[in-house]
Amino acid sequence: MKIRINGKERSTGKADNLIELAKDMKLNLKHIVIEHNLNIIPRDRWGEVSLTEGDSIEIVNFVGGG
Amino acid sequence: MIVDDMLKIGDREINSRFFLGTGKFQDKRMIRDVIESSGPHIVTVALRRVDIASEDENVLDNIPGRCILMTNTSGARTADEAVRIANLAEAAGCEKWIKIEIINDNKYLLPDNLETLKAVDALSSKGFTVLPYMCPDLAMAKRMVSAGAAAVMPLGAPIGSNRGLKTEEIVKIMVNELDVPVIVDAGLGVPSDAVKCMELGCAAVLVNTAIATSNDPVNMAIAFSEAVVSGRRAFLAGMRPMINVAEASSPLTGFLREEK
Repeated sequence: MKIRINGKERSTGKADNLIELAKDMKLNLKHIVIEHNLNIIPRDRWGEVSLTEGDSIEIVNFVGGG
Repeated sequence: MIVDDMLKIGDREINSRFFLGTGKFQDKRMIRDVIESSGPHIVTVALRRVDIASEDENVLDNIPGRCILMTNTSGARTADEAVRIANLAEAAGCEKWIKIEIINDNKYLLPDNLETLKAVDALSSKGFTVLPYMCPDLAMAKRMVSAGAAAVMPLGAPIGSNRGLKTEEIVKIMVNELDVPVIVDAGLGVPSDAVKCMELGCAAVLVNTAIATSNDPVNMAIAFSEAVVSGRRAFLAGMRPMINVAEASSPLTGFLREEK
């Protein structure tokens, strides 16, 4: 299945929900925020949101900034 | 910190008038040393898309829990984008403290005051403590305060330029006319710039580039935080006006000469 992650097309591999996707990408889950088709998904619901072909996902975290 | 001189922003008491930005540090672990040695209470961070390729450690791992994390909305070009970034920061579990930074000028990185005003309105009504980064302008600052800004942050000079308080005249007027803290943000290059801001009566300063890019960020941060205290003490003590002729500080009579 193809989805867009942070503006780039990507295959989801075996992941079929947000938490599996984040783990697949080896992200540090502690401080990331996930937006699924423009909706911010609370951390405790990452396992409930299934991925669908063409989904647009934004994953952000904190960086240094002034 | 000076006894009985607490800075209040929103409903929080802030125990340092030296605010630190965390961008541009070559080694993120340095941020912790800088914070521990210079004692800022408010520390700014930014949000970005995760870099899947890099295993970079998260900046938050280097910020002690006693600090108030203030997420900036850098990268936003409109009020709507700033609101979206603020919502993401809240979802990340941050306190609802936001530095609104809306920029659509890539050369001087000067903020868009009108979009900023819209974002102040939207975010303060959602319960955020909102500190707008702005081009110094009294009328616009008053509108931002009416819209709910907890403080205003006029720039001293363009971001990262190290040019100092080039906007002194307008900042001085803002300090005199506004009932909220005025915090100079951006452009300060050396500790004496921070002293200047505080002598004028600014409530605080926010410094990033001058510290992060110096040869010794820890010592530069200490120098800035001491400068902030020094300038604040002078402001509280009350400075005398300048005059154009000498006024002797030693007695001029009764010594080695006959009185007329």
